[in-house]
Amino acid sequence: MTTLETTDPEPTDPEPTPVLLTVDDLRVDFAASTGTVHAVRGVSWQLRSGRTLAIVGESGSGKSTVAASILRLNPQPPARYPSGSITFEGTDLLHASEEELRAVRGDAISMIFQDPMSSLNPTTRVGAQVAEVLRRHRGGKRRAYREAMLSALRSAGIDDPERRAAQCPHQLSGGLRQRVMIAMALIADPQLLIADEPTTALDVTVQAQILDVLVELQRRKGMALLLITHDLGVVADVADDVVVMRAGEIVERGTVEDVLTQPEHEYTQRLLASTPRLRDDRAQVTR
Amino acid sequence: MNRQLLRRVLAERLAAPSIIVLLLIVVCAVLAPVIAPDDPNAQDLLVRLRPPAWLGDGSSAHLLGTDNLGRDILSRLIYGSRVSLFVGLAVAAISGTIGAVIGIVAGFRRGWIDRVLMRLADVQLAFPSILLALAVVAFFGNGLWVVIIVLGVTNWVAYARVARSSVLSLRERDFVLEARAIGVGPIMIMRRHLLPNVLAPLLTIATLNVASAIIVESALSFLGLGVPADIPTWGSMLADGQLYLGTSWWIAVFPGCALMITALAINITGDAIRDATDPKAYRR
Repeated sequence: MTTLETTDPEPTDPEPTPVLLTVDDLRVDFAASTGTVHAVRGVSWQLRSGRTLAIVGESGSGKSTVAASILRLNPQPPARYPSGSITFEGTDLLHASEEELRAVRGDAISMIFQDPMSSLNPTTRVGAQVAEVLRRHRGGKRRAYREAMLSALRSAGIDDPERRAAQCPHQLSGGLRQRVMIAMALIADPQLLIADEPTTALDVTVQAQILDVLVELQRRKGMALLLITHDLGVVADVADDVVVMRAGEIVERGTVEDVLTQPEHEYTQRLLASTPRLRDDRAQVTR
Repeated sequence: MNRQLLRRVLAERLAAPSIIVLLLIVVCAVLAPVIAPDDPNAQDLLVRLRPPAWLGDGSSAHLLGTDNLGRDILSRLIYGSRVSLFVGLAVAAISGTIGAVIGIVAGFRRGWIDRVLMRLADVQLAFPSILLALAVVAFFGNGLWVVIIVLGVTNWVAYARVARSSVLSLRERDFVLEARAIGVGPIMIMRRHLLPNVLAPLLTIATLNVASAIIVESALSFLGLGVPADIPTWGSMLADGQLYLGTSWWIAVFPGCALMITALAINITGDAIRDATDPKAYRR
């Protein structure tokens, strides 16, 4: 696991990588029986290729809604996008056609969800589900992608991928299923991976392993990572930049070092204060 | 997983004997020309109204006796199983397909499509299917396929309702969201991700549907509106026998028993499948 020090920005000003994704004045409303809920109220940020941006905030802060908006996965209705744009490689995803979006989903941008227990189709073998991604985007027979599927499973840290590929989701543990999800998300070599609370549903030791796999694959493939989390320990380990959200708005933003060591906004300070200080103890254990 | 399911089905009470009975009926239907002792339509007026072999003047040539035209009851019973099984399975296949498609589309798309399709289901349900079958047969004339198609297009409501309610909960599950997130379109989501997950409850309905279709077909045949007279069916045998019920009971009783045993075996098997696939009803 990386430490806070190693994820600090380089001391010399590095060449900034090109901007990959721009979210501009994004607003998301949900129509509810009691009226309209303004879940996201004018959020703007940029993500450069190869970098990791963490969006942190408590439940209901709108962070997952922002993540789902990028691939327009919020159910419509009740979701509405009254304003804003999400620009990825010159295309406004928020106003793209359904076909254009389908071409991007899982190929240039892929997503990992919180709960690996329910994110896999219970009736289909996992190998077929992983290979399906390539078949969707490259065409042809699923069988043609067997080698790619096995190597994706292997690079997600699954031992014995041949055996696992032939199994159904209910035969795998939570950690293994999340590795399958990672394999599925990365098999098409996306430029951006959105990970919505990827470790929340897992127990602590597995969390660390899954994060390691994600960070290692991100480095190797040079993709950008958008991490949605409420776990500031994860943010310190993985992220370059942080956006803190509360009640649908951004309350603070900056590099991970600035935000975690010198939080300016009162909400960020309270968020930090509410995190159990386990890192010092763990440093002692691993020393 | 499927072997496990089979084991759980067989563990249900009376499931094993029911399945054996069903297999026997299927074998009878498939091998009818081989195992039937006689031509089911061969008339022999010299031996008409003979009782079963174990009664007074019965003979071993006609184990279950003969009817008013001297036709061998056992042979007609064996050939009749073909019509009954075929009608039952074909009706279940047609109505299951229609119902699954309508239910999955309604549950997945929601909105006005859902409302229109479910009102259609209400209308269908308000109209007794046997009455509709009577009207159509009276209009188009009787024939095996007329009966099958009429029953097929009138029995889809149960499938549609169950498929819709399953899909309503399935569509909120993360694997459907995940399928969208990897770029799967709505039709493939319905086919690959929703359909396989609603098959188990639909299969249970299908078994019950097979039994009810067999009974309705017999009822239509009994009324003379089912399958043409040259094809022996259990329903038309019942109709033939009712005139002789006082004197030659065997003409009606044996097809009646066959009908009852078949429907019972299918229903028990369907119950067993339902209990085995429903974790809450599973006792062990």
